[in-house]
Amino acid sequence: MNWAAFLSNYIFAFIVLNVMLGLMAYMTYFERKVLAAMQDRVGPKRTGPFGLLQPIADGIKLLAKEDIVPKNADRLVFLVAPLLSFVLAPLSAAVIPFGGTVTVFGQEVNLYVADINVAVLYVLALGGMGVYGIILGGYASANRYSLLGALRSAAQVISYEIVLGLSLVGVFILSGTLSLVQILEAQQQPLSFGGVQVPNWYILSQPLGFVLFLIAAVAETNRAPFDLPEAESELIGGFHTEYSGFRFSFFFLAEYINMIAVSLLAATLFLGGTDGPIADGVWWLAAKAALFLFFYIWLRTTLPRFRYDQLMGLAWKVLLPLALINIALTGLIRLWGLGLL
Amino acid sequence: MLQGYAVIGLMLITAIVMGSVLLLLGRLVRPSRPTPAKLQPYESGIPDVNPPRARYTPRFYVVAMLFVIFDIEAIFLYPWAVSFVPLGAYGYVAAIVFLSILLAGLLYEWKKGALEWV
Repeated sequence: MNWAAFLSNYIFAFIVLNVMLGLMAYMTYFERKVLAAMQDRVGPKRTGPFGLLQPIADGIKLLAKEDIVPKNADRLVFLVAPLLSFVLAPLSAAVIPFGGTVTVFGQEVNLYVADINVAVLYVLALGGMGVYGIILGGYASANRYSLLGALRSAAQVISYEIVLGLSLVGVFILSGTLSLVQILEAQQQPLSFGGVQVPNWYILSQPLGFVLFLIAAVAETNRAPFDLPEAESELIGGFHTEYSGFRFSFFFLAEYINMIAVSLLAATLFLGGTDGPIADGVWWLAAKAALFLFFYIWLRTTLPRFRYDQLMGLAWKVLLPLALINIALTGLIRLWGLGLL
Repeated sequence: MLQGYAVIGLMLITAIVMGSVLLLLGRLVRPSRPTPAKLQPYESGIPDVNPPRARYTPRFYVVAMLFVIFDIEAIFLYPWAVSFVPLGAYGYVAAIVFLSILLAGLLYEWKKGALEWV
């Protein structure tokens, strides 16, 4: 084992963890500002200049709130479930390439935590694991609303996980790898059509796959218009009804970190990640991810919530057949492109 | 490769430590004054009469079974997609046969009403 490389990777992992937490805090600020602007309000502006200290004030407030454990709750599971959600969420950022390799103090540093050959599978597995935090928390609360919210969430996430997984098969057919670093490298080679240079971003060759991925990703992170697990008009808070204080905020943190991670993943898989027309770098990735995060908030202000049967029907009857068609078509076109047909 | 997993493992431990430290830090500052009313399950202010772990529709189990079938399908398609070029036209035809069998299964479930929620 190369200890120097190991240490530099770990330091980068530590930075990524903390940046994700910081970004998450300011994601709530960004969301409140954008929501406010779209609803003709001002949004947070009292705490610090432009209300920039608002996330910190919120954090301190939640830290100082009483932590209530209901008397019928399964105590141990109730206490551990939010931690599980929180711990798993930022780990998917470990395989996102934030750039190539730079030299710091004479040491080669990779701008990704780990380049594993099943990176996309690993991210999907983490998404599936994330359900455990929700369903254990909902079950342990011993509250009807929590249980129902948790079950809904589990059914929704596993249904959309299939669409998410199948929508990416087209990308793997084109790139021939599951490693995000190599998928990024494949997208950095521009295509040439009669002298015209076109970026080889997979959104151009996989438009249907991209749309399916986007819909499934919004459902996977339990965001509007697919936020049925926490539909406040019928289930109060859903799975986190009984949670208070910092344990509640852990679920909240996990949801926002998942949004950021999915946005980074979408930017890397379909929009060429750190690749840009000029000066490739992490800023391109940040700009593309910010676009997706804005899209999340835009959806929330624009669309009403789905009904549960519509939600499940959409996944199984519309998106799943479309994903299968996308795979068959992509394969056919690729065969033709290779001259094997 | 193995080193990548080791770094991710260490990252997981770091995240667990960070989360635990935050929770323990909170314990020092937050109040803890439980009262019997506060510890009741939330029921919109009405005294709770039903058993807490209510019964629910078996449709959730049907969805879970469907998930297992189609998730395994996705996992089987990944190796084919990754080695699409070496497998060529033969691999493509094989994958299409595999997809059609599962598509037939989906249509059967659809017809039988396993996908209807109400």
